[in-house]
Parts: sequence; structure tokens; C-alpha cells
Amino acid sequence: MIVVDFVVYLFTVLPDLLPIILGLATPLALGALCGVINERAGVVNIGIEGIMLWSAFNGYLAGFALHDTIGAGPSLALGIATAVLTGAVLGLLHAWLTVTVRADQIIAGTMMNIAAFGITGYLNRLIITPSGRGGAGVLGVLHLPPEVIGLPAVGPIIRMFFEQGPIAMSVVFFVIAIQLLLFRSRWGLRTRAVGEHPKAADTLGIDVFKQRYLNVVLGCAFAGLAGAYLTLESTGSFQNGMTGGRGFIALAAMIFGRWTPVGAFLGALMFGTATALGVVVNIRVPEGDLGQILKSIPTFWYAALPYLVTIVILAGVVGRSIPPAADGVPYEKEGRA
Amino acid sequence: MRQRIARRLSAAWRTASIPVLSTALALVVAGVVVIASSAFTGNGFQPLLPVGAYLQLFVGAFGSTTAIGNTLVAAAPLMLGGLAVGLGFKAGLFNIGVAGQFLAGAFAAAVVGASLATSTGIVAVPTAFVAGALAGAALGFIPGFLKARTGAHEVVTTIMLNNAIGFLLTWGVTDLVRAPGFSFPRTGDLGNSALPILLGRNLHIGVPIAFLAIFVIRWLLERTTVGFQIRTVGANPNAARYAGMSPLLVITFTMALSGLLAGMAGAVQMLGVIGFYASGISANVGFDSIAVALLGRSNPIGILFAALLFGAFRAGAPLMQITTSVPVEVIDIIEALVILFLAAELIVRRVFRIRAARAVPEEIATVTRTWGEQVAR
Repeated sequence: MIVVDFVVYLFTVLPDLLPIILGLATPLALGALCGVINERAGVVNIGIEGIMLWSAFNGYLAGFALHDTIGAGPSLALGIATAVLTGAVLGLLHAWLTVTVRADQIIAGTMMNIAAFGITGYLNRLIITPSGRGGAGVLGVLHLPPEVIGLPAVGPIIRMFFEQGPIAMSVVFFVIAIQLLLFRSRWGLRTRAVGEHPKAADTLGIDVFKQRYLNVVLGCAFAGLAGAYLTLESTGSFQNGMTGGRGFIALAAMIFGRWTPVGAFLGALMFGTATALGVVVNIRVPEGDLGQILKSIPTFWYAALPYLVTIVILAGVVGRSIPPAADGVPYEKEGRA
Repeated sequence: MRQRIARRLSAAWRTASIPVLSTALALVVAGVVVIASSAFTGNGFQPLLPVGAYLQLFVGAFGSTTAIGNTLVAAAPLMLGGLAVGLGFKAGLFNIGVAGQFLAGAFAAAVVGASLATSTGIVAVPTAFVAGALAGAALGFIPGFLKARTGAHEVVTTIMLNNAIGFLLTWGVTDLVRAPGFSFPRTGDLGNSALPILLGRNLHIGVPIAFLAIFVIRWLLERTTVGFQIRTVGANPNAARYAGMSPLLVITFTMALSGLLAGMAGAVQMLGVIGFYASGISANVGFDSIAVALLGRSNPIGILFAALLFGAFRAGAPLMQITTSVPVEVIDIIEALVILFLAAELIVRRVFRIRAARAVPEEIATVTRTWGEQVAR
């Protein structure tokens, strides 16, 4: 009975829920893409959180500095480019540490998280806070004509995917593209070979080091885009530590999606829905017993849910998720005299 | 006699050289960051700013008895947290969950401490302290058990627990144990549960407890069968199994003990410094502990010195920010650089032209396993 009520309630609030889910899922999905592209090639990256934060800051700083000279539009575009570039450069550092130096990958990621928190906090206090100026502006949302929004049934779904800013809208495209590339292209085959059995890949003439470098840099560029979303599309400002664990939920979404782009995207959507529901339940309280039950679930539980779900999945209680075989193992060419 | 001292010194330098030089290099590079960033401030380009800033940092950490007290007080949770991470390293485990276990310990100590606020200190203090330690141990046990039982990698489970526990404790302090009479959700005053002050203004009993823990863990690792098992599992779990040990049992036990130490760190900080639990209390200790353990090479004595160093940084930073307006976050930058140089030793070796040392078994044991390799059952 309660379950039926809950489903009915979900359908009634769906028009409110759908348009905000994609936005909430965007940084998670982009971060998870970073994780998938990295780990499919055998490089563990727990520094996604830090890369996201640092890129968010640099993108914001560029938009903020150029806003008054070149206008809102170009400064935002350059802000996004700066954020993506920051992600790629940090990816290069991670690749150098994990592939060339063969440093411990977890330690390298931890270093990235601490460094990003430190440098952004430092520069924020030094440059942005004292300037007292306004922000870099935000990327606008595409406004659809009312006839389209008003369409029965499909209206909210169209709003979910198209009444969004450019970064959120691009996520679906990137997810599908990477999914196809990963399983249907030469790059994807090489990536998976390097992540599952680097020695075999090396024997067949694939440059393991080059492939891993390429994947880490490319993946981290997506983490940079996630950062740009946070400062330039979602909020229009920068706060210390504003990623607030999203880089770690992205890891969770990746594991939930079993290291596939589409799966990770669905995971991100699910976690986005959990967050959205936690908000909506308090605004539009359902009637009867269901309302009592849903309201009695504290918002914090919705927030903690993605992490707990991930632990359950990892422990194999429901559908075990298994990483690529050579994930996290540095590759060393042997027999070089 | 003289030769023996010389030999001992050179052996000590061999182990300590990379950490010491990494720290020195980190301070230099952070200094360059400070100089470069000074160009963007109202005061203009100041090439000598790092000298003044580091001087103030030193004065803030050691300039008076109160300052030294602050340093020791800041170092105490870092010693315990550093031991927690280092102990994990010895068994080949990476406990990133110290931040969460620290919060759990702080929360439990705050709740139990507040409920015993009017009891006598001799009862209240140990009870609250033990409650914190046990909460940390419980939270450390979960990833250890999951790893041993299902192979779920402790790095991922502890990261997830870190984030989840933050929300769950905020819920706890908002809905379950909120003390009446305050404008925001927090636990009640500690009263008699606060750690007694031993010396000066702030040197509480947690400091000697942390020192004691250093030597207890050192004894445990080097003089007991359990310690031998932990180190063997860390060096080679398969060899440990053939020798009749149970790697799964050792892993679970080590994670729980690691969580216990992290919980103690939380309890010390809560009962000795913070005083009440509220959402958003700093879990900085969790990440500082990783740096401390790496810098101390997972060796308890090394951790002692590393914790004192970072304790000094944390204690001295506010004065530096006030007098030279170099933001306190420079400490995080230094910390990240230290980890960077330790992770990529070859940078340090290139800069200081040190030959690669022969691999010492002690150092091999600190290498963690990532999720590609799993412990065979």
C-alpha cells in the first residue's frame, strides 16, 4: 500500500523533479566519466574531487578576471576552456606520477585532493575575497517555448534534457560518445587491453605508457568540465571546498555503473534523484501515512545514501561490481638490459 | 664507541634523509608560491615575504610557553591519527577513513562526555575517552571486516564511510542528541568530562597519552607476535598464510585497531580542545594524519617527529596569517608538496643528488595494494 502510494507520489512530483535531476547529476556523471576512462586503462584516480575543485576555481578565476574587459559571453567560454585545461594539466601530473614514476596511485590521488583544497583556499582568501567584486556570471539555461513545455507526458522529459545550460546538456552526448568509443573503437579496445592485461597489450605492440597517459589526461579534462559546471553554470561563485564530496560520489557512480559510461551515468542520475527527492519531499509533502514516513526520513539520510549503496555493492551483497584486472597496478617493462 | 655512534647516525640519516629533504624542498616551493602570489595582492610583489612568513610561523609555534603548548596540543591528535594510518600501512592497508573515524570518535566522546558532565572527572573523562576510541574502532572494523569477508577494497569503503558518516553524525546532532538552549544544533557542555589541564593554559592530558601511544604501538609492532603478524601480512600475505597466520583475521584486527587510534584522536581533540560536537567541525586531522604517516615512514618514532612538525605548522599558522597576511592554507600546500616529493622520491634524489638506496624491508611494507590485487582467500 505504502509502496503504491510512493509510486503515485513520485509520478505527481516528477514534473518538479525531472528538470533538476540532470543538473544535480552533471558533475557526478562527468567525474564518473573521468573515473571510467582512467580506470579502464588501469590507473586509479581518487583525486577527481581535487581536480574538480581546482578546475572549478581556475575556471572561475579566468571568468572573473576577464568579465569586465571582454564581456560575459567570451569570458565564460574562456573560463570553461581554462577549467578543462586545468583538468588536463592536473591529469598530466597524475599520469606522470602513476605511469612514469610508478608512485602509489592512492597516495598520488590523496596528494591531489589536499593540494587542490590548499591552493584554492589560499588563492581564494588572497585574491577573490578581498576584491569584493561580483562573480564571473553564469551560463544561461536554454528557454523552451511554452507549447513544448506544456506537452503532456513528454514535456517534463524534454525539460529534463534540454531546459539546461550547455554543460549539463552536453553530458548525455559525452556519455553516449564515450560508451561507443570504449566498446566500438580502436582507442577503446586498446584502453581496455591496457587496463585488463598490459603485458599482453605490450606484446601486441600497444604502447602501454602512451595509452595510459592519453586516458588519464583525457579523463581529467572531463573532471575539469565538471568543475566548470559547478562555478560557471550552477552557482556563479566559488566557495572553499565547494565540491563537497562530489568527486567521491562520482567514484561511487562509476563503481555502481560497473566501469561503463552509461552505467555510471545512470548511477549519477540515481544519486541526483536521491538528492532531489530529499529536497522535494520537504517542499511538497505527500498526504497520509506516506507523508509521515517520508518526512520522518531526515534529509541527511538521502545525502548519505549514495555512499552506503556503494559499500553494499562493493561488498557484493547485491550484484558484485568487479574492477578491470590491472586497475591500480603500475606497469613495468621487463627485460630491458 | 665513537665509531658506533657515527654508524648509528649515518643509519638514521639514511632513513630520515628523504623525509627531511622532502620537507625542506616543500618549504622552498611553497615559498615560491607565496612570492608569486604576492604580486596579485594590494601590497604588490614581495620577494622576501616567505622569510617573514616562516619566521612568524616559527614564533607562532615555539615563541612562548603557550605557543609550545599549542604545538604539542595540535600534535597529539596527529600522533594518534598518524599511528592509525601508519599501522594500516604496515599491514599493507590504506586507511583513508581516519577522517571519518576521527569524527565518530569526537561525536561519541562529546555525547558521552556531555551526559557525564556532572559526574566526577575520574569517572567521566575515561568513560568519554573510551567511548570515542570504541566508536572509531567500530567504524574501522567495518571496512576491515568487509575486506576480509568480501574483498571490498578498504580505500573505497573508507572513502564512502568518511562521507556517509559526516551526514549521519550531522543528523545525529540535529535530531537525536541536540542540547537544548543553543541557537544551533550541538551537543551539551562537557563539564567535568573535559580533559584535565596539566601545564600552563592548554597542555591537556591527551598529550602524554599520545606520546604513550607512540611507544605502545612501537612495542606492539616490534616486540609482539601480533606485530610480527601485521608486518608479515603487509610484506607478503601469501607467505603469511603459508606460515600458518590468518591474513583475513590480521586485516580485520589491524583496521579495527587503526580505527581505535583514530577514534582516540577524535576523543582527544573533542575532550581537550573543541568541547562540543556540531556539524562542520574540522576533520583536517584525518588528512594531516596521512601526511604524518607518510613523512614518518610508518615508523612510530618517525610519526612522532612528523606529528610535531605538522602540529607546529597548524599551531603557528594563525599568527603568520595575522602578521604577514599569508593565508593559513599555505600549510595545506606544504603538506601536499611533502606528499608529492615523498611519492616521487626521484625528484628529491635529482635535486639533492642522492643515490638510490637499497630497498629496505621496512619501506617495502609501506607500499599499499590498490584494487587490482586482492588478497587470496
